[in-house]
Amino acid sequence: MIRLEKRPQSSHTWSMATPLVAVLATMIFGGALFGILGTNPLTAIRTIFFEPLFGEFAFYYRPQLLVKGAPLVLIAIGLSLGFRAGIWNIGAEGQYIIGALVGAGIALAFYPLDAWFVFPLMIIGGAAGGMAWAMIPALLKVRFGTNEILVSLMLVYVAEQFLASMALGLMKNPEGFGFPGSRNLQEYESAHNAELITGTGMHLGVVFALIAVIFAYVLLNRHMLGFQIRLTGDAPRAARFAGVKPARLILFCLGASGALAGLAGLFEVSGPAGQVNIDFNVGYGFTAIIVAFLGRLHPVGILLAGGLMALTYIGGEIAQGQLGLPSAAIQVFQGMLLFFLLALDLLTNYRFRLTRGEVA
Amino acid sequence: MKLNNFLASAAMVLGLATAAVADDKTKVGFVYVGPVGDGGWTYEHNKGRLAVEEEFGDKVETVFVENVAEGPDAERVMTQMALEGADLIFTTSFGYMDPTINVAKKFPNVKFEHATGYKRAANVSTYSARFYEGRAVQGHIAGKMTKSNIVGYIGSFPIPEVIRGINSTYIHAKKVNPDVQFKIVWVYTWFDPAKEADAAKVLIEQGADVVLQHTDSTAPQAAAQEAGNVITFGQASDMGEYAPMPRVSSIIDNWAPYYIARTKAVMDGTWESVDTWDGISTGMVEIGEISDAVPADVKAEALAMVEAIGSGAYNPFTGPLKKQDGSDWLGEGETADDGTLAGMNFYVEGIEGDIPQ
Repeated sequence: MIRLEKRPQSSHTWSMATPLVAVLATMIFGGALFGILGTNPLTAIRTIFFEPLFGEFAFYYRPQLLVKGAPLVLIAIGLSLGFRAGIWNIGAEGQYIIGALVGAGIALAFYPLDAWFVFPLMIIGGAAGGMAWAMIPALLKVRFGTNEILVSLMLVYVAEQFLASMALGLMKNPEGFGFPGSRNLQEYESAHNAELITGTGMHLGVVFALIAVIFAYVLLNRHMLGFQIRLTGDAPRAARFAGVKPARLILFCLGASGALAGLAGLFEVSGPAGQVNIDFNVGYGFTAIIVAFLGRLHPVGILLAGGLMALTYIGGEIAQGQLGLPSAAIQVFQGMLLFFLLALDLLTNYRFRLTRGEVA
Repeated sequence: MKLNNFLASAAMVLGLATAAVADDKTKVGFVYVGPVGDGGWTYEHNKGRLAVEEEFGDKVETVFVENVAEGPDAERVMTQMALEGADLIFTTSFGYMDPTINVAKKFPNVKFEHATGYKRAANVSTYSARFYEGRAVQGHIAGKMTKSNIVGYIGSFPIPEVIRGINSTYIHAKKVNPDVQFKIVWVYTWFDPAKEADAAKVLIEQGADVVLQHTDSTAPQAAAQEAGNVITFGQASDMGEYAPMPRVSSIIDNWAPYYIARTKAVMDGTWESVDTWDGISTGMVEIGEISDAVPADVKAEALAMVEAIGSGAYNPFTGPLKKQDGSDWLGEGETADDGTLAGMNFYVEGIEGDIPQ
């Protein structure tokens, strides 16, 4: 008989190994799924994981990995700070939208002024917008003890309505023949978040994502605030005795994650997306939650997880185009990744024991 | 090591295989905004794709990617198709407009066809269908059949395309039923069965016994069936599984002839950038069978209208017509020009409510 036994201490080895095992398990079971759909599993897995990196057109896909991965990493880094301390910001998608709207709003207000300060102002605005949106659940929690999970999530839908209203009204392109959507910021040089080196996919958002990884690493390992975050997550009572002020921590964690999500939105709207439109948001804020956990809430882990997630997206599209796999199968495949990760997490805190069956 | 060898050889086989087919076949790509099984918009585009395959057999290879978000994702999918040797790419949603133009700039030898947009280039054509012609027929049937005099309308996005449909429906419902009243709900999605069902239920609760939709799923049909005594129309696709009630007729987008013609043009080297806007006359817009739930005289009138629009004898936007604010739009006998229709951003007189801003 197999029994689950709680480990006296959570296993460090398993904590590092589960993401890798989860990826392997996803490949095996995902491959089986593709096989049932009539595609050679090896070809499908190869297309998803290898084609974007080493295939014939890798020169195009590699930069795209940065474009797709940067917002995920940027948002996930912010979320991980709160998650570590047990503060659950589920509404990054909304903060992403508001950041984009504030940033784009600044750009459109200055249009067509050609000036160096427009883009820096947009960056500040994007971060401030995202932070302000995250401050709503933060202040409500601090002041009235509301649940930040619910409040931040509900505010996503408010932000979406706001986005639609902006795309149809205030920010609508006056030269757009009545169609919704703002001017394309890619055509407004002062506001365009262009690639820093053409063809590399490297835009300022990618740079910010890398900086965020380093900052988070230093913060968590070398700074008092980082220590407080970790302590609050691991032992809330001990944290209180150690003099951690929960209110300050809540404001910091939600504020920081909101600002980073807002930045991600700003870089997206002024770069790859180009315009404010009704369906501008494509779920980065939610996917980043998966990325944060896949990366074990560790800055370096998140960087890798963001890359992996971007890989499955881009590889998934290639698999659709080349092999005719339905998009639903790709989504199931991505879902498996999180499922296996969470399921295998069990092994971090528990171990299997073979015992002799006892007679009742 | 063994696994590596295996993967390498698998890669080689695949590489050879794709290289072999890429040569003389004409490769046609399709980018879809919804799933091919939506039963509406994307479903019909995919039928067009299958028709291309059937028409040209071995001479053509088609690829598609479904559920592609409008924006950078669309741009990447199009680039991917172009890189992999597509000769012609159909991008089938309005939101793919700027991405299509961007990618077309990078691949001057690849032809692009963007549905429902207004930006063209030397290698980008646009095409759309005059769905409003079909809406006129639906408006006539709706006006005749409503007992509560309340017609519900599920709008997707308040863009000219959709507003044109609402106006055309309203004008023709009002013509046969002066007491008719329209209730419009905006759902801000092309395809979301849950939202569409909610919208249909709200409209039915408000007394609507006709529900029209500019969204792609059959959820409104299901909601109407549940409520009973509510009629609907198939949108983009026939949705015939809900006939004879609640679906009493439909607008069918028939893209197949256009897709075949454009593919042929690429094969023959005669492809040129054009702006196509066809309707009932060329068969791009078809009216699905009018079911027996519609009284025979109404059905006859509707069919006569289809005939008149098809032959060009009747234009659904014929004056006298006024705008919602009471100002004159079209004088007696005057018909709307395509420019005004393409950018239509006003309701005609009599429709209540504002276009969302």
